[in-house]
Amino acid sequence: MPQATLEPKAPAPRPPAKADGELTDLLPKRLAHARPLFDTGILKRATKDSFVKLNPRALLKNPVIFVVEIGAILTTLALGRDLATGAGNIGFTLQISLWLWFTVLFANFAEAMAEARGKAQADSLRKTKTDSIAKKVVGAKIEPVAASRLRSGDVVICDTGDTIPGDGEVIDGIATVDESVITGESAPVIRESGGDRSAVTGGTKVLSDQIRIRITSNPGETFLDRMIALVEGAERQKTPNEIALNILIAGLTLIFLMAVITLQPFAQYSVNSAGAGSVPSVVVLVSLLVCLIPTTIGGLLSAIGIAGMDRVMQHNVLAMSGKAVEASGDVNTLLLDKTGTITIGNRQAVEFLTVNGVGAAELADAAQLSSLADETPEGRSVVVLAKEKYGLRGREVASHEAVFIPFSAYTRMSGVDIDGRRLRKGATSAIANFIREQGGEVPQDLLDISERISRQGGTPLAVADGRRGLGVINLKDVVKGGMKERLGQLRAMGIRTVMITGDNPLTAAAIAAEAGVDDFLAQASPADKLNYIKKEQASGRLVAMTGDGTNDAPALAQADVGLAMNTGTMAAKEAGNMVDLDSNPTKLIEVVAIGKQLLITRGALTTFSIANDVAKYFAIIPAMFMATYPVLGKLNVMGLHTPQSAVLSAVIFNALIIIALVPLALRGVKYRPESAASLLRRNLLVYGLGGILVPFPGIWAIDQLVHLLRLA
Amino acid sequence: MTANGILQITIFFLAVLALTKPLGVFMTRVFAGERTFLHPVLRPLERLCYKLGGVNPEVDQRWTQYAGSLLAFSVFSAVLLYALQRLQGYLPLNPMGFGTLHPPAGAVAMTPDLAFNNAVSFTTNTNWQNYPGEATLSYLVQMLGLTMHNFTSAAAGMAIAVALIRGFVRQQANGIGNFWADLVRSTVYILLPLSVLLALFFCSQGVIQNFKPYTQATTLEGKTQVIAQGPVASQEAIKMLGTNGGGFFNANSAHPFENPTPFTNFIQLLCIFAIPAGLTYVFGEMAGDTRQGWAIFAAMSVLFLAGVFVLYPAEQAGNPVLSKFGIQSAVTANQPGGNMEGKEVRFGIAASALFATVTTDASCGAVNAMHDSLTPLGGLVPLFNMQTGEVIFGGVGAGLYGMLLFAILAVFIAGLMVGRTPEYLGKKIEGKEVKMAMIALIATSAAILAFSGASTVIQFAKSSYWNPTLGPAIANLNNGGPHGFGEVLYLFTSSAANNGSAFGGINGNAPWYNLTGGLTMLVGRFLFILPLLAAAGSLAAKKRVPVTSGTLPTHGPLFVGLLVGTVVIVSALTFFPALSLGPIVEHYLMQSGRLF
Repeated sequence: MPQATLEPKAPAPRPPAKADGELTDLLPKRLAHARPLFDTGILKRATKDSFVKLNPRALLKNPVIFVVEIGAILTTLALGRDLATGAGNIGFTLQISLWLWFTVLFANFAEAMAEARGKAQADSLRKTKTDSIAKKVVGAKIEPVAASRLRSGDVVICDTGDTIPGDGEVIDGIATVDESVITGESAPVIRESGGDRSAVTGGTKVLSDQIRIRITSNPGETFLDRMIALVEGAERQKTPNEIALNILIAGLTLIFLMAVITLQPFAQYSVNSAGAGSVPSVVVLVSLLVCLIPTTIGGLLSAIGIAGMDRVMQHNVLAMSGKAVEASGDVNTLLLDKTGTITIGNRQAVEFLTVNGVGAAELADAAQLSSLADETPEGRSVVVLAKEKYGLRGREVASHEAVFIPFSAYTRMSGVDIDGRRLRKGATSAIANFIREQGGEVPQDLLDISERISRQGGTPLAVADGRRGLGVINLKDVVKGGMKERLGQLRAMGIRTVMITGDNPLTAAAIAAEAGVDDFLAQASPADKLNYIKKEQASGRLVAMTGDGTNDAPALAQADVGLAMNTGTMAAKEAGNMVDLDSNPTKLIEVVAIGKQLLITRGALTTFSIANDVAKYFAIIPAMFMATYPVLGKLNVMGLHTPQSAVLSAVIFNALIIIALVPLALRGVKYRPESAASLLRRNLLVYGLGGILVPFPGIWAIDQLVHLLRLA
Repeated sequence: MTANGILQITIFFLAVLALTKPLGVFMTRVFAGERTFLHPVLRPLERLCYKLGGVNPEVDQRWTQYAGSLLAFSVFSAVLLYALQRLQGYLPLNPMGFGTLHPPAGAVAMTPDLAFNNAVSFTTNTNWQNYPGEATLSYLVQMLGLTMHNFTSAAAGMAIAVALIRGFVRQQANGIGNFWADLVRSTVYILLPLSVLLALFFCSQGVIQNFKPYTQATTLEGKTQVIAQGPVASQEAIKMLGTNGGGFFNANSAHPFENPTPFTNFIQLLCIFAIPAGLTYVFGEMAGDTRQGWAIFAAMSVLFLAGVFVLYPAEQAGNPVLSKFGIQSAVTANQPGGNMEGKEVRFGIAASALFATVTTDASCGAVNAMHDSLTPLGGLVPLFNMQTGEVIFGGVGAGLYGMLLFAILAVFIAGLMVGRTPEYLGKKIEGKEVKMAMIALIATSAAILAFSGASTVIQFAKSSYWNPTLGPAIANLNNGGPHGFGEVLYLFTSSAANNGSAFGGINGNAPWYNLTGGLTMLVGRFLFILPLLAAAGSLAAKKRVPVTSGTLPTHGPLFVGLLVGTVVIVSALTFFPALSLGPIVEHYLMQSGRLF
């Protein structure tokens, strides 16, 4: 029996919702625990790696930058020849060679930057991977064994303060565990045998009590090992879209290679027939080639992919592959669990409805008294509502003769006997029986009100004072604040949302309507979920879902994007292709946004890269042939000073634009949830038209500087 | 530009617009194998074709089988034409005795390399001609060889286009249709009936149709002139309708026996665009959303109008160098003004400029004026039109599948910017499709650039096999400087684009040009078609992703702009260096007073 003062409490807070961010903004600007974009340690490491990556064999997988490197080697050889013979424009050749090498280095740097961020994170994870001594159960005895020697199927015991030696399942006991190593979240979590909270991760720490664990992973295959490999990018494979884009830019490189190589005979013919000027040197031809081939996207492509994975990681979601992140951008249908995702988890009292002849204050008073000892979230919410609506504060009940009747599945009601009153609340039919037992008559409107609440998707909770029926408390599922707007944004993006709930269809429909989801799946069994996903996929849609239980595993595996909760079972985590370390199902929406942002960034920089070529032609073509055909000077629309300064400026611009766009590649371009048409319009304007226009003033300005410094 | 000229162009465009839907609706039915009003008459003929060929039109072919059928058919018909040309001296319908021991004076010998070039040329729907028809080929070769190819190469183009559309439209399918059925249906129900009508119309306007030997006439000056004869009208109809363009006479549609009146000229123009425009509607109709077809039509129209409104003013402005000598280039009541060099007086500047644009937009290649005599900017337009890959309405079928290739690229590049794996008509554009599109693009531009480059510098000894009479490859040019370069570039561009129009000014009948030109045509046709068929096969196997507001819309003005931009930028980036050393610099030189 509760002894102390019962002060009405607010409903218990849900697990930390830190990654929820602002609900109206799909992508929170910066997460509290995110790494800064440029941190000195990362910068140093990336700079070093840029040189390591000069190895042509490593560069071969990036055809565009590989061609630049070959070009740089050619111009350097030309420089050597010029130095040996004393002929040619040594200063010009030297500068072009340097800038071509810079171009390669800048591209390497972009990739190294993206990788270094993952590596830094992997390092800090690795530090936690100290080899502890596990207490292995062998028969009736306990033997100390190095954690790294545990194999799947071994059983160990962990006491307070022990580090859990490997991934496993709790088979006996209950304990609080600190999982901050994995999740970065310091609040402990509860792990117990049976049910969906039995999975434990190696490297986490038991804070209290003792548990018995069956190990489920072999050495080197633990969750932590996989996590390290993932963030480090060791297993990184090119995603399908990345491969397609690589084909495109490699193809364009080939086309430009032909355009530049054949320019040599064309120039030969022109020089012969005009009887003036000379055929462009190898240095100039290489410069033209490097300016034309899509070096910007070629240099940034892999960085964009790695950074996309990294952004997912910063949201505390572990993506098992880049493919999963990419697929999330393509998702057409989101399956969202009602509880915890769309609603705040528990039903809450939202109004008191009295029967004829009963005052609202009386009902509120009775409801509050009957709920004072009710520790369920529903009970607490009744107390809160009474306080907020009727100003009823918690009361000293210890001084009164108060006997609390707890809820039981048998009676389906709870209440209090106080000062001779018998206050009860519970299911309407149970309360009706209670009233009849007490010799009273059940008011018709009590039944009517209950019926109406049910129809609207609420849960009626009737209240009686002895033989008098007082009224009904309306318990409702409360849709999370901002959820409607957020689902609206998803709709604008062309994504259908489907609410999954165990509720009956009537209740489900009401909540679905309130939250604004497009469809719902009521009384959903795991098999229903799986079938729904298959049906959607059969009509060409990509489906994303979240899940945590073992029975979610088939659906998680079937879904194109399966986000498993870290609190979930190992089976669920194995089945999904992403794990949310915060176990916040709403995160699915953010993951979709990150996937889209990744694809947009690729498209934007590709478009920008190709559009840039227009200006470069206007810089280099007149420079190449001004001596042969002085009239071609009319194409020198930027008024660049000399042929050499024009070529040099274009090459410098081409190199600098890579480094200038590194932050954009790592951060991703700005993404707003809106229709494809308006996204395309804006991005085409910014990166297409902008890509055509920007290089003109850019190259012009560099030329001014080159001229001023007498570089060419 | 004159109001009259603008009116002519406007009326032409409106007529094309008006024809697009009715022709498109009819063709859609034909390709689907549905019954049309022509079936009572022509269905037996269709059946007969299948029976003779021993093919079952109901078999759904995978893309490899489809491509295999196309290749087999092409090789067979090319060999047939080669043999006909080489053996014409032994065959009937040869009143002038070509290829016999006693050919007429001035006849061109049908050498193996010329026969190869021409066989390839007509098989690939290029119809480049390195010989004057009236001085080389017998009536039998003209009719059985050239006219037959005019039908089948056009029909094959339509078949490929329809197969590609099926790739977009079908879901999780193995096949993309039946090549033989598509070929026969296109010929029997579309090309044949229209050609019969047109041939009769041309006859009514004065186009000749006979088997007579050439006429000897005495001119007013008392000199003797040989006037060529032949079955012209029947070939003329399909030459335009099938965007073939290979003339019966060397002067092509400038010859009064091929294109006698402004009215025939207008109808010929309309014939070039009719089927390609109709196919855009077929595309929309088959895709279940006619807006998709109109978007393609709109993009083509924008590019067409841009071209004609550069070319026409450039021609009307005339040559500033001539003006200096007091030659009037302004329009007056009695003269058209502008640059009339190489143009027919009965057509004037507007109709000639329109013809030059239309014939190079579509891969027709018929000419009613000499392109070599266009002003530099005027010459730039046909050259660039062809360098886009003939996607501005383009060849029958070829224009549509070429434009769809650019649509794939445009959707892939820009489509990413909406945050999804790019889709076109609900089909995801992935590695395979991009690879195939790039192969097609690379192959054609490589052929143009590489052979042009080689031809500008390659040296042969006189009396060598490659260029026996003249030696170096550039010795075959009639002009020097950038104009001469333009002539070489035009030859290979026209070949790769399967256009067939000649800039002129180049003597192409030498083994070097006959063989490299032929090779370029083969690349331009088959290395373009095969990757696209592969893409069609891969697309057909995919599911169709339902359209949502998150899908890139491919039917609005935004997409039209995107598609136009992609066509222009990709082509310009590939060819700008070459063009800048050709027509662009020639234009500036003309302004500064130098001509070539």
